[in-house]
Amino acid sequence: MNARIIDHPQFSLLVGVVFFMLMAMVPTGLELSGVSGGGIAQLDVLNKIGIYAVLALSLNIILGQTGLFNMGHAAFFAVGAYTTAILNTMYQWPVFSTMPAAGFLAALFAFLVVMPIIHLRGDYLLVVTIGIVEIVRIALMNNIFGITGGPNGIYGIARPALFGLVFSSVKLQYYLIWSFTGISLFLFYLLEHSRIGRAFNYIKHDDLAAAGCGINVARYKLMAFVLGAFWAGMAGTLYAANIRTIEPMSFNFYESVILFAIVILGGSGSNAGVILGAFLLVGLQDLFRGFDSARMLFFGAAMCAMMVFRPQGLLPPRRRRYNAWQLVGKFASAIRRSYPCDEDKRNDR
Amino acid sequence: MSLLSLKNLFKTFGGLVAVNGVSFEVDENAIMGLIGPNGAGKTTVFNAITGNYKPDSGEVIFDRKHITGMPTHEIVRLGIARTFQNIRLFKSMRLVENVLAGCHCRMKAGVFSSILRLPSQRKEEARAVERSMRELAFVGLDSQYNNLAGNLSYGNQRLLEIARALASDPRFLILDEPAGGMNDQETEDLMEIIHAIQGRGITILLIEHDMNLVMRICKHLVVLEYGAVIAEGTPEEIKKNPLVIEAYLGAEE
Repeated sequence: MNARIIDHPQFSLLVGVVFFMLMAMVPTGLELSGVSGGGIAQLDVLNKIGIYAVLALSLNIILGQTGLFNMGHAAFFAVGAYTTAILNTMYQWPVFSTMPAAGFLAALFAFLVVMPIIHLRGDYLLVVTIGIVEIVRIALMNNIFGITGGPNGIYGIARPALFGLVFSSVKLQYYLIWSFTGISLFLFYLLEHSRIGRAFNYIKHDDLAAAGCGINVARYKLMAFVLGAFWAGMAGTLYAANIRTIEPMSFNFYESVILFAIVILGGSGSNAGVILGAFLLVGLQDLFRGFDSARMLFFGAAMCAMMVFRPQGLLPPRRRRYNAWQLVGKFASAIRRSYPCDEDKRNDR
Repeated sequence: MSLLSLKNLFKTFGGLVAVNGVSFEVDENAIMGLIGPNGAGKTTVFNAITGNYKPDSGEVIFDRKHITGMPTHEIVRLGIARTFQNIRLFKSMRLVENVLAGCHCRMKAGVFSSILRLPSQRKEEARAVERSMRELAFVGLDSQYNNLAGNLSYGNQRLLEIARALASDPRFLILDEPAGGMNDQETEDLMEIIHAIQGRGITILLIEHDMNLVMRICKHLVVLEYGAVIAEGTPEEIKKNPLVIEAYLGAEE
């Protein structure tokens, strides 16, 4: 047994709790520190980071856990955001009640478009998903069904409200978005440590061996997409309510690339890495806003360097740990040894 | 009563006839060997049974059910498990996780019970870990359950694949060159394991090039050459069969 705290099975859970406790103190901290404007600008950036973090976490299920190259995640995000916008502005649904619908429609959309292409491998899947995100953007541009508002998009989305509390200020938005991020992270952590999470990982490592173990590979690949899309759809609700005006250009191919990069740079399959990736890619982008043209050059160079020197990402996933030492030596072996041999020697062979 | 029967199986790859009208039966709780020179089509026959390849024609019947062309995961659910010739473990995962992959098809927890960690899911998960530890102990690897599969020796990786296959609770186990890369002691251990698997009431079909092992462990052998069955019988009969001797050593001038 190992006594180091970092090896404890629930270590990542502990890190998560500490992180979100610190995040909860940020708005008060900003106010007390006396930055100009009471930290509104900083909170605004953090809100954006939070939304990207949820999106990247949902993409992580598809890309990081299951190893499916999905370059069209913004399409599911768009379906969710437009669902909320349309239901809220045209049918006066309260924002929060549109969230399940946004998730559900995004998941349904993913199910329908991904089912015929689920057998495609790696790069082929990547190309098709690029097609999907472009089709969605162009459909929104062209005011499909006459309800998406064309290139201008939809404006005047209401603020979310819960039991009479309207999330109108940047600070309240911050609490809302980061609570959602925290809950998502916790649920994804539980999923990761279940048979479903393992099945995703088996498929990522070797789908033939996974099928040979009795895993329905196509079903779990589709499940990863549907689950990821459901969460991206709900992130769409948060986004629509935060920005209040949505337009097709917010869901273009470039957004998908950023999300893809967050997952790969942060550490494919690692929730903590994805959060860090969101901070770096979205946060730094904002910090470097002043150097407009140079910042993409910087990002490109940083990405190249990362892929060469640390291809596994900044924070690669922690391997799951199992506590079964009390079962060691409890069960019978088929090997009846006629010579003395301890397990350590067996290892060295 | 035969548990598995192949009837007139054909499989071609382009112009190459890999399996050419193979028929044989495997009796319940037998240890049967499938042998033949390299490229005789043994692994292709295995892949046709396990659903990795769909045969061009012919039938695979398992426990009176037609399983020809069924997807692999359904065949595993029905009770046919396998190991691979070129070891296919999840190398960067722990031993216990590799074996848990075998348990997967006997578990029921869905997305909701997993994401909410319901009591039923936790109970099932604990049972699966216990089952995995039982199978790891069976092949003598339980003390290394938290080790990574890729760190094991070649011989132990083969044993881990067997443990993973056993975790799916099979009635029929297909071993593709289980002794490949093993030293003498490991091969002895393997023979004990195979006998113990039979003792659990599981039927075994194996491909193996180690003739010493095959002759000692199998009661019945099928010999393939150029995709067709050229001989079938007990090890003693096979050893004396002129066609088999010709296939392995070449004909006398």
